[in-house]
Amino acid sequence: VTAAFIATGRQRRRQHRRHVSITLGILLAAALMVTLMVGNTFYGPADIARVLLGHDVPGAAYTVRELRLPRVLVGVLAGGAFGVAGVTFQTMLRNPLASPDVIGVSSGASAAAVIGIVTLGLGQTAVSLLAVGGALATAFGMHALASRGGFSGARLVLIGVGVGAMLQSVISSVLSRSAEWDLQGAMQWLTGSLNAATWKSVAPLAVACALGAAALATHGRHLSVLRLGDDSAAALGVDVPRTRRLLLAVAVVLLAFATAAAGPISFVAFMAGPISARLVGPGASLTLPAALVGALLTVTADLVGQHLFAHRYPVGVVTGAIGAPYLVILLITLHRSGDSM
Amino acid sequence: VTAAHTSVTATSTDAMPDCRRTVPMTALVGGTAGMLLCACVLSVAVGARTAAISDVIGALVGDDTTDPITRAAVIARVPRTVLGVLVGASLAVAGTVMQAITRNPLAEPGILGVSSGAALAVVIGIVFVGISGPTTIALFAVVGAGVSAAAVYAIGSVGRGGASPLKLALSGAAMSAAFMSLTSALLLPRVDVMAGFRFWQIGGVGGATWERIRIGAPPLAVGVLLCLGCARSLNLLALGDDVAAGLGARVGRARLVAAGGAVLLCGVATSIAGPIAFVGLVVPHLYRSVTGADHRRLIPAAALGGAALLVVADVVGRVITRPQEIEVGIVTSVIGAPILIMVVRRRKLHEL
Repeated sequence: VTAAFIATGRQRRRQHRRHVSITLGILLAAALMVTLMVGNTFYGPADIARVLLGHDVPGAAYTVRELRLPRVLVGVLAGGAFGVAGVTFQTMLRNPLASPDVIGVSSGASAAAVIGIVTLGLGQTAVSLLAVGGALATAFGMHALASRGGFSGARLVLIGVGVGAMLQSVISSVLSRSAEWDLQGAMQWLTGSLNAATWKSVAPLAVACALGAAALATHGRHLSVLRLGDDSAAALGVDVPRTRRLLLAVAVVLLAFATAAAGPISFVAFMAGPISARLVGPGASLTLPAALVGALLTVTADLVGQHLFAHRYPVGVVTGAIGAPYLVILLITLHRSGDSM
Repeated sequence: VTAAHTSVTATSTDAMPDCRRTVPMTALVGGTAGMLLCACVLSVAVGARTAAISDVIGALVGDDTTDPITRAAVIARVPRTVLGVLVGASLAVAGTVMQAITRNPLAEPGILGVSSGAALAVVIGIVFVGISGPTTIALFAVVGAGVSAAAVYAIGSVGRGGASPLKLALSGAAMSAAFMSLTSALLLPRVDVMAGFRFWQIGGVGGATWERIRIGAPPLAVGVLLCLGCARSLNLLALGDDVAAGLGARVGRARLVAAGGAVLLCGVATSIAGPIAFVGLVVPHLYRSVTGADHRRLIPAAALGGAALLVVADVVGRVITRPQEIEVGIVTSVIGAPILIMVVRRRKLHEL
């Protein structure tokens, strides 16, 4: 009887998770469609569909295909990548606050990218590679520093806070040397913005997302096992250090490519995990829902930032404004329950 | 009673060698003051145009035979050095006191989010209230520093176990991120404010003027005096609130006064030099191992040491990429982050 109860419970949870994912997918598709329609000129759904199917609609074809479509694709891919990277860090370190943007990994990507843009004057591909290198170096350096005498998530978080502070000052230093006319662009990039999105920025991000998805599809199972604690995971047959390094690498690569394409969009990596956990409920894998939540957040926030105010705000300002109070609430509830610290 | 008494004496003499092993106070203060003096001499001598010691002395005493351009360069570097001394001492004292009040080795103005809170308050003042004078800016910075310190500490201490270093550091980092994101939301549509603000945001003493020093010095002096006045209570607080109250400390009042002093110090320091991280973290750690944990010794020593560190960091920033300058806030954070990592790595986890 108990086994039957457990089985039905498991089935119900799986079904619930599927429903949540489908709902999120529908919402994301709707947000996508609205983004493609709205702008300086409004195009109806019929026009959009015709453009997407490859027909030539005068006026709409260029705007939608060359301006709005790459923008929304970068938003979806970067948001999804941020969501997955965030939830992987949070799950692995067993702390919802330990998302890569709080513990300094994003700052590593940003610092490398800002040096590439302002000091070295590199093009987009080179900047992407540099950002990936910066994030990987930061993450694995921190991992190595935190691993002495057994890996400790708490130590990694504290080291990350210190490293993040240092990298932030490097970023402001580079920015202070940038020319006046570069400043607004650089600031915009640092808050996270889809303004620079072109087909050229979609391609590397899409490749990274595909690789990340493949890696997570084969190894994502281990992530939920790691959540049980290192000892239990090892007892269940998971090679803990190797799995941790692999998942860390996947998360960092996703994060770095997304950062290179859209800047470190504030708090998306941090918010996607807890929001999807709340939607899906305990026990289930959060990777897919977190990707959907991240993408939905980014696209919706960009829509809001572009059209709802007198000034056009980059997407990072909007996610920052949502993320900051959410963070405070989460901090308080977490500390009150006291279990994840 | 006698037995209890002797046992107390025994334990306190057991603890004594630890104190005796520390360097004598006069040697320590003398050594640090000497370091500070050397740092100051270097600071007025070194820069885009480096002056010989004889020229420095000549310029400072008003000797007309020194080269006029060198003399002008030396004299121009004096306010910068004075500001460095003031800011460094203030941040180090603030860090020492914050670590004592929170009983937390990582408490520091930068990590507690105080600097970014002060920055946000200043930007709010500029954008919404239209403040511009240095005095009002300092006022806004102090209020912002106080509010954010209280908020971060309150959030960090909700729940079981109080404000542990991990909770406090995460709350501080998270709130800093939130403050910074609000700051950039306010700045982005306003290019004119942004241009002036970014130089302030890095933290530097390059723009020092005597006027800024005149405005900053009195409140900083008040802050240091408040902290020094609480030194004995801070020693008692280290034993835990109950023991401190049993030994006659007014725990709540001492903590409030000391916290007020610390917030005043880092708020004013931030408003005259921008946010400068890690001085408040590094200096007390370096000195605690030498002076011991007695705050009556630690606070003055940390003040001198902080001043020396900041002035040296400023000189390093001037020399390392000559003729360009690196702001002192960047130098201190590049020196400070490795030391933070060392502290975190050296401690056992249960202490964190």
